[in-house]
Amino acid sequence: MSDLPQELPVGAMDTRASGWWAMIFTVFTEASLFAYLLFSYYYLAVQSHAPGTFPEGGPPPLLIAAVNTAILLTSSVAVGWAQLGIEHNKKWRLVAGLGAGAVLGVIFLAIQCFEWSGQSFGLSSTPYSSLYYVITGFHMAHVVVGVLMLLALTFWSGQGYFNSCRFAHIHIGALYWHFVDAVWLAVFFTFYITPLLGLKA
Amino acid sequence: MTGTEYQRHPTVAAETPALTERLRRLWETAPGFYGWLATVDHKKIGIRYIVTAFVFLITGGIEALVFRLQLTWSNLHLLTPEQYDQLFTMHGMTMIFLYAGPVLSGFSNYLWPLLLGSRDMALPRLNALSYWIYLFAGVVLYSGFVVGFGPDAGWFNYVPLAARAYNDGPNIDLYALGMILLGISTTVGAINFIVTFLRMRCPGMSVNRVPILVWGTLTASAANIFAIPAVSLAFLLLWMDRNLGTHFFDVGAGGSALLWQHLFWMFGHPWVYAIVLPAMGMVSDGLPVFCRRPLVGYSVVALATVATMVLGFGVWVHHMFATGLPGISLSFFSAASIVIALPSAVGVFAWLATIWTGRPVFTTPFLFFASFIILFTIGGVSGYMTGSVPVDWQLTDTYFVVAHLHYVLIGINVFPVVGAVYFWFPKFFGRMMNERLGRWNFWTMFLGFNLGFFPMHISGLLGMPRRIYTYNEGMGWDWVNLVTTAGSFLFAAGVLIFLYNVFVSLKRGAPAGNNPWDAPTLEWATSSPPPPYNFAVIPAVASRHPLWEDRLGEGERSVISSGPVLEQGREALGTTPLDAVANIILKMPGDTLVPLGLALAMTLLTIGLALVNWLVAALGVALVAAAIMIWLWPRAGLGETVEDP
Repeated sequence: MSDLPQELPVGAMDTRASGWWAMIFTVFTEASLFAYLLFSYYYLAVQSHAPGTFPEGGPPPLLIAAVNTAILLTSSVAVGWAQLGIEHNKKWRLVAGLGAGAVLGVIFLAIQCFEWSGQSFGLSSTPYSSLYYVITGFHMAHVVVGVLMLLALTFWSGQGYFNSCRFAHIHIGALYWHFVDAVWLAVFFTFYITPLLGLKA
Repeated sequence: MTGTEYQRHPTVAAETPALTERLRRLWETAPGFYGWLATVDHKKIGIRYIVTAFVFLITGGIEALVFRLQLTWSNLHLLTPEQYDQLFTMHGMTMIFLYAGPVLSGFSNYLWPLLLGSRDMALPRLNALSYWIYLFAGVVLYSGFVVGFGPDAGWFNYVPLAARAYNDGPNIDLYALGMILLGISTTVGAINFIVTFLRMRCPGMSVNRVPILVWGTLTASAANIFAIPAVSLAFLLLWMDRNLGTHFFDVGAGGSALLWQHLFWMFGHPWVYAIVLPAMGMVSDGLPVFCRRPLVGYSVVALATVATMVLGFGVWVHHMFATGLPGISLSFFSAASIVIALPSAVGVFAWLATIWTGRPVFTTPFLFFASFIILFTIGGVSGYMTGSVPVDWQLTDTYFVVAHLHYVLIGINVFPVVGAVYFWFPKFFGRMMNERLGRWNFWTMFLGFNLGFFPMHISGLLGMPRRIYTYNEGMGWDWVNLVTTAGSFLFAAGVLIFLYNVFVSLKRGAPAGNNPWDAPTLEWATSSPPPPYNFAVIPAVASRHPLWEDRLGEGERSVISSGPVLEQGREALGTTPLDAVANIILKMPGDTLVPLGLALAMTLLTIGLALVNWLVAALGVALVAAAIMIWLWPRAGLGETVEDP
């Protein structure tokens, strides 16, 4: 047993928590889910033969979605700033960054709902419309979960639960949030860019 | 609760009675009903998994016996066509989803921490959650059937037959939602295995020293986290098509029926490997014990396990050869399906060489493990045949395919599992199983199985389609079906002998001792049954066969009798992912009702969706959120917060 080091950290030290590893693989399985969702989109897109139905009403407008994408990416920057803060024991940065991330997430959701409300088609109009609402809806559900996570983490941070040794919860929640933001890029590319590149019926 | 110190030098000592008493108090599950509901002990959860899976095996078996009676001879009408459809659908679903996967999760749950020299799985509460969801998903999946509305479109549930227009009623909805629930159970279980592999192996157990069972379950778990979202999504989209008017699979509105088949088999084929690779791992670890030598070709068998799985993601279209896909697609998937024979053959030759170069001891587990090689080869060859497109076009949807899949699933799953029960029963319960009954058990099952399922190759070649409810006389199928039915009842008699042996041996089996088979791996270093904490001191291993080092003359020696004691609460040792060097002391959670509560909340959500009752569903969501919040609340006792919050 001479190969045991003198001292071993105890408990959830930095990111050496089992939950951190578990979140990595949760992200893998969630990423697969989005891959299968987008596979369904592309599969039905190339199978579709009725002109003008894919996308329903022509390629969707880019501007509002691009702005929303920027908002979501900014929220990741805010959360990352909070993460670096707690690693240097700056607790106010932790609270501010997480809170800002949650607020930006809520703004993203509000803009998404606004875009939904302006659509001329409903869930059951065509296969495209079903895909549109289900895939963006799936993503919004993930944003809702992420915002709830950020709010809980903000509250716990305000309680002074974390410092530069104990911050596994923060990095676990943040990992999920960065995933939710990154996977939006794939959704955004699929729905808003590929029709402009010619993937339409 | 007070905080946890940030660093400590762990005490290294030998086992003492005072230490084991202290550890027992720390790790033992609370007594009574509360403890029964709240336990997170991987051994209790593992046994529950195995028992529940066997209940489903028996249920699915009875379903099969009933419809085998219906098929015994031409023009029989013991069942109505509707009953027949529900029975074969329930049979397939039960065996593939509720028995074959969960039973292996049960063995791995029980065995992994013992094989790895650890005190528990990495995420004990997740382990409890995984079991409860599995149980409730099984109840949901059976709830329709018991009131006469079982799913009836086959276990792979093709649209348009499974669409609302052709299949009204709650049967398919319950199947769809139950499968999504079950998928969550399998996913969290898979994540737990992967994380356990990465950090719970005892010091010295580098990745080239873990038992093959661990490789098998790890590979299956990695596959599951990528494959399960496909089927969960397929079932969710189907539920939406049926209840919310979406058009994913609705060909009339521009959807695609083949999209269902793609999503289902993108999951389905990896799943086939997920429910056999851990069983092959059990054989790879168990068979050598009875050959009195290490497994031949450990490294290639481990690599072949992984290679099979990787290739297994590229073969799903061989279930769809007859759907009119482009030739280039058929060629690619046919080639991939045939190439899979290579890593499979590596295993077969490794097992044969182990027997050939060893000194076989013909015990019951040996008979089950060795016969598995024969059955796997027969099932492998018929799979290789149907991997060829022209052959598949001739044989698809005939009994030949039924013969193939039963040789594969019973041969590679049930035979190793029964062998594994004989092998590890002494560890589970501290008693040996009866060897004489074991022989009767083996030969009845082996003869019954081959008598029942081999003739299906012939009925398939004679053109008998799957899933027909009866057939006319003069087709030439009567005698072969009679033999099949007789064989299936003989096989069932073998299973009965097995169950009888289990009950008799639980009461009157000879005491086993720590290592009755003189086996080489760590689970045999602790008592039978193991104490709640598994190992009083954390072992450090220096080879693949810690208990055989003397006779194998391997250089370094493992240290099992003394090591870190970790007795300041429920603690385990965390190690690095590849080399297994100790790098942290983990604070482990104890008994809790939260996993059960979360599983119940998820089930409530499922019921809400099944009833399309948004109020119930919303209540389910709120309770799920609340349960997760309680679960994840940072705790000082688990070393998750600063010392004095």
